[in-house]
Amino acid sequence: MSPALPMMLAALLVGAGLYGVLARRHAVLMLIGVELLLAAAGLMLVTADSLLGAETGSGPVATIFIITIAAAEVVVALAVFTALYRLRGHVDLDVRAAAAEPDRSDFDEADGEVPAR
Amino acid sequence: MTGVDVMFIGVGLLTTGASWLAVLSRSVLYAALWLVVTLLGLAGCYLVLGAELVALVQVLVYVGGVVVLVLFALMLTRSGVGGDVQTSVPHRVFAGVLSAGVAVLLAVALTASVGWEARTIAASDSAEIGADIFGVWVWPFELLSLVLLLALVAAVAVARGAGTTESVSEGSPT
Repeated sequence: MSPALPMMLAALLVGAGLYGVLARRHAVLMLIGVELLLAAAGLMLVTADSLLGAETGSGPVATIFIITIAAAEVVVALAVFTALYRLRGHVDLDVRAAAAEPDRSDFDEADGEVPAR
Repeated sequence: MTGVDVMFIGVGLLTTGASWLAVLSRSVLYAALWLVVTLLGLAGCYLVLGAELVALVQVLVYVGGVVVLVLFALMLTRSGVGGDVQTSVPHRVFAGVLSAGVAVLLAVALTASVGWEARTIAASDSAEIGADIFGVWVWPFELLSLVLLLALVAAVAVARGAGTTESVSEGSPT
């Protein structure tokens, strides 16, 4: 099999993931884009091991490490999203949308005061 | 074009289409479900490439763990079918042009660097991967267990303590 095929798939996954990170402002959707970017990196590592004649098995090992780190990253990110939702009532990462809801986004870090709801 | 080529092209088309649907679908819930299809298709790609262990870890950790966490986050933040945040049309057009440009650039550069001639699949078997993990990569492996433990503790601390209005108003935001 030609190694150009998995490389093209990795490039397409990078394109999709980059679009997800750039174009969407829902926090969970941006996280999905990051997952696609990491998946593309893992596919390239496995391809380097299977088709490009790597001597050691470091490609699959690095891919498994990437999957593990992605799991840890997702756990922390989703905890942050949950805390963000409790604080602001939405997980919109767009600044204008946050400023458009004064009753939700008037948490000021300078005085550390949260309006009672 | 051999049978392996046909298999990889089929699974790769499935993965690509599902990944585009995952980032393009308006509903957050459908995006998460298309992410499941994408990651399963990627596990199929790993199987075609001969990396069975990576494919199994991908299915177990990603499809079994990460996607379930994403669905839980969607439920906890109450952003289900109608919870999408729409960006403006010029924003999306710019993001689409930029990501398409990056994808084309990467595809051209990578295919030019590895070439189109066919090679035999010679993947490392599981015994070799295991020997590598516990030989060459043993210290990063142990560090990863520490990273996972820290991530779990930090996630519990962030999700329970900081950010809740009760603990902040009590003056103890930890």
